[in-house]
Amino acid sequence: ASGAQGPALVEGVGLGMAGADSDDSLYPIAVLIDELRNEDVQLRLNSIKKLSTIALALGVERTRTELLPFLTDTIYDEDEVLLALAEQLGNFTMLVGGPEYVHCLLPPLESLATVEETVVRDKAVESLRKISHEHSPVDLEVHFEPLVKRLASGDWFTSRTSACGLFSVCYPRVSSTVKAEIRQHFRTLCSDDTPMVRRAAASKLGEFAKVLELEYVKSDIISLFTALASDEQDSVRLLAVEAGVSIATLLPQEDLETLVMPTLRQAAEDKSWRVRYMVADKFSDLQKAVGPEITKNDLVPAFQNLLKDCEAEVRAAAANKVKEFCENLPEDSRETIIMTHILPCVKELVSDTNQHVKSALASVIMGLSTILGKDNTVEHLLPLFLAQLKDECPEVRLNIISNLDCVNEVIGIRQLSQSLLPAIVELAEDAKWRVRLAIIEYMPLLAGQLGVEFFDEKLNSLCMAWLVDHVYAIREAATCNLMKLVEKFGAEWAQNTIVPKVLGMANDPNYLHRMTTLFCINALSEVCGQEITTKHMLPVVFKMSNDQVANVRFNVAKSLQKIGPVLDSNCLQTEVKPVLEKLASDQDMDVKYFAQEAISVLSLA
Amino acid sequence: MGEDGESPKINHSFLRDYVTEADVISTVEFNQTGDLLATGDKGGRVVIFQRETESKDESEELGESGEYNVYSTFQSHEPDFDYLKSLEIEEKINKIRWLPQQNAAHFLLSTNDKTIKLWKVSERDKRPEGYNLKDEEGRIKDISTVTSLRVPVLKPTDLMVEVRPRRIFANGHTYHVNSISVNSDGETYLSADDLRINMWHLDITDRSFNIVDIKPANMEDLTEVITAAEFHPQHCHLFVYSSSKGTLRLCDMRESALCDKHSKIFEEPEDPGNRSFFSEIISSVSDVKFSHSGRYLLTRDYLTVKVWDLNMEKGPVETYQVHEYLRSKLCSLYENDCIFDKFECVWNSTDSVIMTGAYNSFFRMFDRETGRGVTLEAWRESSKPRAVLRTRRIYTGGRRRRGDVGVDSLDFTKKILHMAWHPAENIIAIAATNNLYIFQDRVNAENL
Repeated sequence: ASGAQGPALVEGVGLGMAGADSDDSLYPIAVLIDELRNEDVQLRLNSIKKLSTIALALGVERTRTELLPFLTDTIYDEDEVLLALAEQLGNFTMLVGGPEYVHCLLPPLESLATVEETVVRDKAVESLRKISHEHSPVDLEVHFEPLVKRLASGDWFTSRTSACGLFSVCYPRVSSTVKAEIRQHFRTLCSDDTPMVRRAAASKLGEFAKVLELEYVKSDIISLFTALASDEQDSVRLLAVEAGVSIATLLPQEDLETLVMPTLRQAAEDKSWRVRYMVADKFSDLQKAVGPEITKNDLVPAFQNLLKDCEAEVRAAAANKVKEFCENLPEDSRETIIMTHILPCVKELVSDTNQHVKSALASVIMGLSTILGKDNTVEHLLPLFLAQLKDECPEVRLNIISNLDCVNEVIGIRQLSQSLLPAIVELAEDAKWRVRLAIIEYMPLLAGQLGVEFFDEKLNSLCMAWLVDHVYAIREAATCNLMKLVEKFGAEWAQNTIVPKVLGMANDPNYLHRMTTLFCINALSEVCGQEITTKHMLPVVFKMSNDQVANVRFNVAKSLQKIGPVLDSNCLQTEVKPVLEKLASDQDMDVKYFAQEAISVLSLA
Repeated sequence: MGEDGESPKINHSFLRDYVTEADVISTVEFNQTGDLLATGDKGGRVVIFQRETESKDESEELGESGEYNVYSTFQSHEPDFDYLKSLEIEEKINKIRWLPQQNAAHFLLSTNDKTIKLWKVSERDKRPEGYNLKDEEGRIKDISTVTSLRVPVLKPTDLMVEVRPRRIFANGHTYHVNSISVNSDGETYLSADDLRINMWHLDITDRSFNIVDIKPANMEDLTEVITAAEFHPQHCHLFVYSSSKGTLRLCDMRESALCDKHSKIFEEPEDPGNRSFFSEIISSVSDVKFSHSGRYLLTRDYLTVKVWDLNMEKGPVETYQVHEYLRSKLCSLYENDCIFDKFECVWNSTDSVIMTGAYNSFFRMFDRETGRGVTLEAWRESSKPRAVLRTRRIYTGGRRRRGDVGVDSLDFTKKILHMAWHPAENIIAIAATNNLYIFQDRVNAENL
């Protein structure tokens, strides 16, 4: 792939030096090399991104002996340059002479793995992991593993954090003596003085456990996990939670109870809310990892506690998991557990004091109806949905409305429609335009579920009212909404219910409303089809070409350009063309401009 | 110091002769090793001093009395204007905090009233050489002479100190930032303004978490402002903030995301007999510092410094009078605004001595063991080599000794507000308006 870049670049730089004796192909490369040290970051970045071209021109030998040493020392550069460099070096194996020489890439990546910028370090580690696979087992022990050791025992925590991500890639491919050393290094980093390194170790613990032999998982990893999970800093403890989930997937069921569960139980009741939050956030993964029995005995009470946690952030995270947790409960006892243990907590959350908790719940609660079935939904869930539909916080109501489809499948929407309507109307008239915008976006969905009759009766007037909203974004969304409704209900419905109202606005004294007519026509012409467009819309557009406001007139030109493709050619020639020609000689510059543009786009000239 | 080993400088100072407002030092801070010292001034500049290392071969007695010399100077903040509120934003550096060292470079946070910046201070001693298309002077070469490619090589060069802005944490504060404090977790820090405390991640500039908000719904109900805040040196979940009402609140971030409810509140019951118009003003805490051990808190109010034990909320365990003789002068100090001066206070490396500033270029040190205090003066004579820092006495009645200073002759424009103590040694840095004094060794308890 890198070979293909070379010639392309040569053309790109464009040699203007005809007649020079020098090798023309050298020039663009020379420019790239010089720009590696240009003052302008953008040019340096550009050169780094074409590093493969430079290497290709230099050949493998000079790349190894000259280019890489230079790059190793250029870690003073800006982050974006270093980031690009770290990424490039991950794909450099062929350019230094293949797997045999891949270890030459280690020095520059090693220095990049010690810079202070996390994204650069992470990219360097990613590239190191990538090229580790290209090392032969011997090279891995001779070159790669010593590098990991150097990083792991570096003076600064930046290098030690980087080391944490490299153990798991070399472990499977080294001899058992080296394996023992690697395990020892990892252990040391898990009890490092700085919390930054312990965090890095904690976040890689799960990954490292996966490549270890089961006996070492049980002996080494469990003790490290237990230690990290009771670290004095909660920033470390919270990362141990995820490791715990990974470790649980590796262990046989009978060991989980003694080796992992005590620590996880302790995490779910940690003094720090951030740790409990993490448990709540990872709850579904945890549930899958520990299996049905432990779920029934341990996780259900733990989940109940998280739903009742004193910190709102934790309750919100747990509330988000309600549906997933219930779904994954063992089938034989699912309904009983939900009805007796989970639902009582959910009921309390419906009237939580914190709106984020309520809105998190509202985004998943409807999903419970498919799990519990029709009768339970009507009896137990429906009152909750209705309560949330009346919630003071618009976000809660919106979340319920946006998930109506789940309920629709189970009990049909009719059960809800009486309460739904006031909720929708209230949101439709909310003082915050973003709330109005959000409900408009759910209209087509609602219309589909409620059916055309209900819509005509109750919601149509709302949709029309949005067309004259004082916020442009709402008028624009309302226009788009009309189009989607027509797609759902068909052209005939449009002709009877929407089009007359839209066209009526063409006579509105407010020019902004007159323009809305044009925007609606733009959106509707295609879905309504040629007949309605020609017969009903076009005359109104023509009439508006005489509007006294120039903005309306040039929007007429734009509309004609837009609806032109829907019209037949005869109509275009005999009716549209004269109107556009008249507009093209308008006094107003913009009207002229858009009329001319329409003429040329519609090829009427 | 190599050229004159017999008479090493024990004290050192950086004196500027022409005083301009911009030169007034507004903050002083040592880094974690004490090898670097940063000052910020009202002109938005940061000056970093580095301790010379040649003094390793000094005799035992003198210890490592390396001098501090200017290492780097840079403009951290520029004057700015908030167009929405029609307010000028001063460039004055309110606080500097060093980050724990993470690689060969050094990092510090500096803040003015609104914007916090993270700076990287690094050294470069190599320079790339060799262009393909031009020579080292920048003259374009004749293309026809370029017959082979040349990769630049790095050649040793004179040491250059580079300072580069790494991150700018803007728009986090509506009111004036008074404190920044780096967390022991190494990835977050807090910043406090008059009404709110925010927590930032050092890698993320576009969002911060509000952890304390004391802004009342109606600003007319405002009775209290935050004056300073600091993280616990070891426990990443604990921080303390002080208020204009003289209280300290210790918050535990483990309990909840928003720390409006404190875990502990430290306050001293007011003595009703001493109550006056100025009571509230002089009880306002101007600075709060955790001891290195993390067990105690040091606070400064207008007339006293106090040491609090984290385990005792009902009152300070030690109270030291800084300049009690001013109690009768509060009225005139109120008129000239001096009563609102915000003095800082610091611990020595072993938490056995505390230090704080006063007027007339005086500063005070208190030995916690004996409870005795000493008044010292930062003046040019004592910054001369081998000079001994002299103690001063304020004449407040009784037998007047030679050299005593009368309360009425104190110069209230010469205030010592900002100071720092080396994290491991007896070295102090004192900012006296535009001058920085660094005193070494002579400031230990035997002087008290």
